[in-house]
Amino acid sequence: MADVIRCEAVGLQYVRGDGPEVLHDLSFGVPEGGFRWLLGPSGAGKTSLLRLLYLAVRPSRGRLEILGTEIAGVKRRALPGLRRRIGVVFQDFRLLAHLSAFDNVALPLRIAGRPEGQIRADVTEMLRWVGLSAKTASRPPELSGGEQQRVAIARAVIARPDLLVADEPTGNLDEAQAERLMQLLQEMNRLGTTVLVATHNEGLVRRHPARTLRLSHGRLIADGGVG
Amino acid sequence: MAELAELRDRRSARLRPGGFDDLGLRRALGDRLLPLLVAAMTFLAALALTGFVAAAALARHWREGAESALTVQVPQPGGPADQGTRRERVLAILRGTPGIAQARALSDEALSDLLRPWLGSEAQSLALPLPAVVEVHLSGDGPDLRALAQRLTQAVPGTLVESHGVWVARLSTLARSLQACAGLALLVVAAVAASVVAVATRAGLAARREAIGIVHSLGATDGYIAGRFARRATLLAFLGSALGALTALPVLLGLADLAAPFAGLQGIAEPPNGVWAWLAALPLPLWVALPGLPLAAGAIGWLTAQATVRRWLRRLS
Repeated sequence: MADVIRCEAVGLQYVRGDGPEVLHDLSFGVPEGGFRWLLGPSGAGKTSLLRLLYLAVRPSRGRLEILGTEIAGVKRRALPGLRRRIGVVFQDFRLLAHLSAFDNVALPLRIAGRPEGQIRADVTEMLRWVGLSAKTASRPPELSGGEQQRVAIARAVIARPDLLVADEPTGNLDEAQAERLMQLLQEMNRLGTTVLVATHNEGLVRRHPARTLRLSHGRLIADGGVG
Repeated sequence: MAELAELRDRRSARLRPGGFDDLGLRRALGDRLLPLLVAAMTFLAALALTGFVAAAALARHWREGAESALTVQVPQPGGPADQGTRRERVLAILRGTPGIAQARALSDEALSDLLRPWLGSEAQSLALPLPAVVEVHLSGDGPDLRALAQRLTQAVPGTLVESHGVWVARLSTLARSLQACAGLALLVVAAVAASVVAVATRAGLAARREAIGIVHSLGATDGYIAGRFARRATLLAFLGSALGALTALPVLLGLADLAAPFAGLQGIAEPPNGVWAWLAALPLPLWVALPGLPLAAGAIGWLTAQATVRRWLRRLS
């Protein structure tokens, strides 16, 4: 089965040239339909790796292949199409404060040019699923942290991405909500979406054992094991 | 692939709800300052355009005047001379000179028309000792003007021969220069308008940097984001420019009123045929160009916003 993520000796510098390297010699692969936990202490480079995976930055060296496309050599104007196949849950949600919960969730579908009728049905169903049916018209500042996180998760999965990356998606959720989120992620994974979740929540990892990538000081120190 | 994505963007733009403002541009590109600045630019552009049209009309008028390349003034035209009056003697000499196609004395009415801008419409009743004016059309290279003037002065003392050629050339050059200045002023105004839109767009980009980053990360193309800015900038520039053009209209009509006597019109202070005659005082080219200003401003807004946003987006991966 082809790898959805393929890293070979990947390094990342935010400032090209003489800037410090935040990721060093990462090599690993995640096959289509795979699930990975991404673990490591704060500052280990989890968020930087996720930024590489959702194409916010390109690697400074090495070879990175996402969804069959080699990222270093790809033309800039080919990236938006690739990004639309990747769902992202940001640690800080990154919701648009002036839009309602409905419009925030609908955004990827509108960017992708889906018909408005389909958008209405899909978004309504997704908001119902994450338990926010009563908050469709609310704007992010009117929602609690947990509610905002659920809106962010709904936005990440609404377009049924091929790859889903999540940065601390349960950070603002209680245990019941976190479990509910895990059910959603596992359901998507069963349907074929490749999922990679960065978390500090060791309890969650224990309850949902899966293969683990472990980072320390920008290096991959483990790729394997379960939980 | 990228072309397909752009095509899909254009198609999806029609599918998105009309009021959907994902980047929050209604706030970031406000509906006050930019339209007002564009309105001021359009006001200046309308004045420059009027100068351009007026200079073109003057140049045309003078060129047409050059067809009668010679004017002969005969003081005391009714006075006696050999074989008739002084006027008739001058006409006879002119008509008998090789190189002259036609010599025609202006009628009293035509003379009054010429003097109206300086003496008013009652020039004839002032009992001024006006000379006869003979309009001479030349053929080929024309006669030797110095010799002709000498002959005329000997036969009818006091006769003045005035060649238009040099003056027409100078006036034409002046008119063309005025036209060029007006055209340059139009270009400068367009450049300033583009700069105003660019500055406003950059301010909008700075204000909505985070929102742009979000839609970019969700797979929005440069065309999608630039299109959102361009649509807003086009709307604001068009509305501002329409306001400026409407404001300029009464000023231009006032100028047309002031210029009417020089154009041989009766003036528009007392319109003979009501408001339509009043509006007709403005030259047709201006009626065509004025509505074009908001369209041009909209086009400048669209192009500038597109270029500014696309250049800015290159910093994103």
